[in-house]
Amino acid sequence: MLGKLTWEAVPTNEPIALVTVLVVLLVIGSVLAWITIKGHWTYLWKEWITSVDHKRVGVMYFLLGFVMLLRGFADAIMMRTHQAMALGGPDAGYLVPDHFNQIFSAHGTIMIFFTAMPFMVGLMNYVVPLQIGARDVAYPTLNSVSFWITAAGVALVNLSLGLGVYSRAGWLVYPPLSGLQFSPDVGVDYHLWALQISGIGTLMSGVNLVATIFKMRAPGMTLTRMPIFCWTSLASNLLIVAAFPILTATFAMLLLDRYLGFHFFTNDAGGNAMMYVNLIWAWGHPEVYILILPAFGIFSEVIATFSGKPLFGYRSMIAATMVICVLSFMVWLHHFFTMGGGANVNAFFGIMTMIISVPTGVKVFNWLFTMYGGRVRFTAPVLWTVGFMITFVIGGMTGVMLAIPPNDFVLHNSLFLIAHFHNVIIGGVVFGALAGYMYWFPKAFGFKLHDGWGKASFWLWCIGFYVAFMPLYALGFMGMTRRMQHYDNPAWQPWLVVAMFGAVLIFLGILCLVAQLVVSIRRREALVDATGDPWDGRSLEWITTSPPPSFNFTVLPDVRGEEAYWGIKQAALEARQLDGPPRYEPIHMPRNSPTGFFTAFFAVVFGFAMIWHIWWLAILALAGAFAGFVVFAWRDEDEYEIPATEVAAYDARRRAVRQDVLARAGVKA
Amino acid sequence: MSAEKETEWQGQLAPGDELPEDSGLSAGVRGYVIGLVVSLLLTAASFLVLHDTFLWKPGIPVALGVLAVAQMGIHLVFFLHLNTGPDNTNNILALAFGVLIVAIVVSGSLWIMSHLNHNMMLMERVMDLHQQR
Amino acid sequence: MSVAATSHGARSVDARHGTDELAHKRIVVGYGFWVFLLSDFIMFAGFFAAYAVLKDATAGGPGARELFDIGNVAVETLCLLLSSFTCGMAALAVSVRSRIWTQVWLLATGLLGLAFFALEMREFHELIEAGNGPQRSAFLSAFFTLVGCHGAHIAVGGLWLGTMMAQFWFKGFNETLIRRFLCFSLFWHALDIVWVAIFTIVYLMGAAG
Repeated sequence: MLGKLTWEAVPTNEPIALVTVLVVLLVIGSVLAWITIKGHWTYLWKEWITSVDHKRVGVMYFLLGFVMLLRGFADAIMMRTHQAMALGGPDAGYLVPDHFNQIFSAHGTIMIFFTAMPFMVGLMNYVVPLQIGARDVAYPTLNSVSFWITAAGVALVNLSLGLGVYSRAGWLVYPPLSGLQFSPDVGVDYHLWALQISGIGTLMSGVNLVATIFKMRAPGMTLTRMPIFCWTSLASNLLIVAAFPILTATFAMLLLDRYLGFHFFTNDAGGNAMMYVNLIWAWGHPEVYILILPAFGIFSEVIATFSGKPLFGYRSMIAATMVICVLSFMVWLHHFFTMGGGANVNAFFGIMTMIISVPTGVKVFNWLFTMYGGRVRFTAPVLWTVGFMITFVIGGMTGVMLAIPPNDFVLHNSLFLIAHFHNVIIGGVVFGALAGYMYWFPKAFGFKLHDGWGKASFWLWCIGFYVAFMPLYALGFMGMTRRMQHYDNPAWQPWLVVAMFGAVLIFLGILCLVAQLVVSIRRREALVDATGDPWDGRSLEWITTSPPPSFNFTVLPDVRGEEAYWGIKQAALEARQLDGPPRYEPIHMPRNSPTGFFTAFFAVVFGFAMIWHIWWLAILALAGAFAGFVVFAWRDEDEYEIPATEVAAYDARRRAVRQDVLARAGVKA
Repeated sequence: MSAEKETEWQGQLAPGDELPEDSGLSAGVRGYVIGLVVSLLLTAASFLVLHDTFLWKPGIPVALGVLAVAQMGIHLVFFLHLNTGPDNTNNILALAFGVLIVAIVVSGSLWIMSHLNHNMMLMERVMDLHQQR
Repeated sequence: MSVAATSHGARSVDARHGTDELAHKRIVVGYGFWVFLLSDFIMFAGFFAAYAVLKDATAGGPGARELFDIGNVAVETLCLLLSSFTCGMAALAVSVRSRIWTQVWLLATGLLGLAFFALEMREFHELIEAGNGPQRSAFLSAFFTLVGCHGAHIAVGGLWLGTMMAQFWFKGFNETLIRRFLCFSLFWHALDIVWVAIFTIVYLMGAAG
């Protein structure tokens, strides 16, 4: 009746897990109780859960990413504190091997799929339609479905805390360890189903944004007038569309091995585990560019805005982005140089890996030349950007070291590798996400974030990163491999203790982020962004109000060149007045839809049923999903109209504020 | 949606849409019939090639590959209405990107895996050695 | 019906921008679905790569040459090709808004798809009965997954087709339905293209040895 699910799935004999579960349940329970007592359910349902507005969806993605950052960081600090005291046998430290293995697997999975991805997808969702002058993404309801399916994957991963176990086979679950023979319990199944489900969401949002960028641009917004963030988003989403199907296919094969006794990756009957490694990295390498490319875009926007200059080398930036987009599909073997490929393959992929660092170098020089001769305002987003430039260059250079196959034979799977990829992911993706968060927050909520707390957070993150990960480079040279539950070399311990203090500094950085948010909300009156253009911006998102109305723009902007808003703004400043009021027309916007929420519900039930082999429930969930599809397909009314008078009234208020700014600028001049 | 309005969107076509000059029922039927007939011929050729009397044996896979690519082309042009016209640029570019990735993934995997197998000494070969002894 | 009213983007297009880059909803949806189909091709590429790598890993069991019945494959191919054609005819029927002919051609498409699916299931059944199921060897695992994935697409397409026939019947030709039909016909033709690759690489090249 309940498949493999019994009471023994609840970790009553593991105190750490049990306490965690109880705390998590307490937090969730009190949040739900607070919502109920305050009577916010209707508001949440109408304005957020069923919303198909790309801005709301983007904010929810980012929030999801932040919550999962806390979860993933909890795993990280457990590993660092454990390893700092794990000198000796398996009893050293405080985590038993079984638990330690689950923690490093969950840490990698959560940080890549459920922190970094939602951060980037959320920012792209929020900003891209605004920057290209569109009212929404190409398929708003699908967008909401994508988000909720991602959330379904998050729910499944976190269910494993309290029911059963998580995968112990690392974040990429290499077979044969992840095969049925060596991982007979539900851990790997949690991993596979959670990622299969959220992968569909990611693929859909990739399709959505590609179509948005190609087909929804405002009049005059040609491809070569788009802000660089849109270009990097385009490249990133093309990579999602091209790479995620490979992940789906690979995981499907592993699932068939595990559920139906197929022999793709088994040791017997002709299976080939190395093929899994080949296929998973054919997805995995593009994946790291999926994460870093939008971050490159964010830094480009931030550095141009706060230097008060157009981005240096706009065209070369586009070229570099698209070259990276294609080359990222031709380097995947460098993740397994040591697996026995001959000299020819290793040489080819080593050289391709070195080549792909060239366009990245082009970008770094472009950012530097943008700052050169500019009047740089050193706000928090700029600090993240400068910190990124230095940190990422170091990470890139250690990457080129690893790209040399003979070097890699020495450093493969050592802590040097761990240090390298944290160097580029924290220094690149996380710094990028936080720069974007502080840069676009006023657009989303109408008030700026407190700059001081943001800067404090930056310094703690940045110094914390160096203290935590530079020792890992040294440990790699000393021969320490990754994922060690204990070790017997006393020379390693001091380095690991230093690394632990680095993790504590990063923890303080995260606390500063929370403090920044709380302080900013309390002082929102003082930090208010009345004009909608708090940073003297250059792209179209700053032409509308903060926060933008549901329809983004009262009339679609007319784009006449690069840096669309900058041109309009300069013309207005020169004339000391705005263009005459345009002709307003009624605007049609998509209605809210609970489709996403229900799809996610069925996805969670289906995934859960498959994980625990509860076949009847799985069939029921599929039938429910199909019924939902038919209901959705049958509805007639999917749009509502905002009358022209309402649009005009809204624009009148916006124009009054802007006119006021212009008048003051005139007085100053 | 009236006809005049439709022309406002010139410069772009949905994939699968026919070109304006091809519209009209008889032209449409003609396109599908041509596609069907040519596909049938190509399919028949593929199945016939199998008999070794037709072709030099090592040439068979090459011939099959050529026929398959031709058939896919026919499908794309006559059933999916993809062509080189300027209105179709975006659709063709997307297709080209997809084909590029497919080619990289399949050929790269084969190349890499053949090398890994080569250097790893397959179990089967070990078995063969045992049997030869 | 004005342009502004047909699409949620509410593109208030004034005369200057009449021929500018704003796309009609039909184009937006068709393009997005096309991109999705390309991603589907790439998923198939993953299975093709696995098949190509594992096709000689028969673990002492039978290989492609001994197992496949080319006659059956020829009939399957014919079914799918004809159903692609009837799907095209249905598209023409939709374009002239003929309710009866739309139903007729869609029904023909569905029945041909069903015949294909039945033949494929029979082939699978016979293989499994003879002890040559996917658990037999890595080669057979890859074969069943690749061909079965295509078959699963056909089955999903059949469900979609049925839903759409019901909608055309009860709701007539509205713009949303016609747009969805465009997506369906793209999907159906694309599956035929994948089948061309399958019958060539798996069956014919397998039989050629």
